[in-house]
Amino acid sequence: MSPLTKEQILSYFEGNFPNNYSLSSAPSDLLTFEIPTQQLYKIVSHLFHDDELGFQFLTDICGVHYPDNTGEELVVVYHLHSMKHGTRIRLKVKAPISKPDIPTLTGLYGSANWMERETYDFYGVNFVGHPNLKRILNMDEMVEFPLRKEFPLEDPTRVDKADFQFGR
Amino acid sequence: MSGKVNIAEAPPGIEGPGFFATTLDAVVGLGRKNSIWPLPFATSCCGIEFMSTMSSHYDLARFGSERLSFTPRQSDLLMVMGTIAKKMGPVLRQVYEQMAEPKWVIAVGACASSGGIFDTYSVLQGIDKIIPVDVYVPGCPPRPEQIIDGVMRIQDLIGNESLRRRNSQEYKDLMDKYMIK
Repeated sequence: MSPLTKEQILSYFEGNFPNNYSLSSAPSDLLTFEIPTQQLYKIVSHLFHDDELGFQFLTDICGVHYPDNTGEELVVVYHLHSMKHGTRIRLKVKAPISKPDIPTLTGLYGSANWMERETYDFYGVNFVGHPNLKRILNMDEMVEFPLRKEFPLEDPTRVDKADFQFGR
Repeated sequence: MSGKVNIAEAPPGIEGPGFFATTLDAVVGLGRKNSIWPLPFATSCCGIEFMSTMSSHYDLARFGSERLSFTPRQSDLLMVMGTIAKKMGPVLRQVYEQMAEPKWVIAVGACASSGGIFDTYSVLQGIDKIIPVDVYVPGCPPRPEQIIDGVMRIQDLIGNESLRRRNSQEYKDLMDKYMIK
């Protein structure tokens, strides 16, 4: 089947979830929608089960931390792929860092399980309903979420670059 | 090939017809240092250099280390080559604890010695944070000659080590510092 056009996807969104999405950008013709966090499961479920679209492959989940956007510091980005059409779209949901709850997609995509664990591991996003939300890459003893901006990138235990090593 | 076979030099002692007297330390040290069984713990590019070191061109076997031991229980020298992530730390520590005394450790390359370029939350900033290290080999990665030099420094340590060292209070304090047993 031929790839879905921008207009087809946009009219699908307008027809099925009017007022429930906003088109944030389309870099390299990759349509990027911002959707309300509560609507995430419903919308993705539509995109998954719709025979026309068939977005049945979850390519990637990643997190972003915007410390200056008060009330919506954490953003989770979903890349959905339609094998049927060879078309990809991107969805963004936001959550406050004080209560980073986002519904899980493990009910739709098996691959969401590890990807959501990874996003939890690095950003502390709480995927509500995830069957096994624990760290996956970092060591279990870690208490921080290392890709949040307030976390220092350099290891504080490192001494060989300290000033006293250079007589400063 | 000159056909000449190199034999380790005898330790200083008193020689006479039919006997040779020397210290037990020196004899045991001589035996140990020329039959080191290394355990390679290779996680990244330094491990590739080590493969070259072990192979025919550089041939670590010339120093009595041809027998790699892939079980910690039979090995004398733990060679840590490469970046050790913090998650790998407990594994490395367990490998060290499984080795029988006497045991030595060599940290090959910048990552194993200090964390190297990986000054970040996920990487152990030098394996001496979790296990005692005898010799550090600098380089990123070090050349095989440097690794061989590191092994020769280990040989010096082994050859000169007192048989009582592992029972000394100083050694116990060192192990206590790392909370090993």
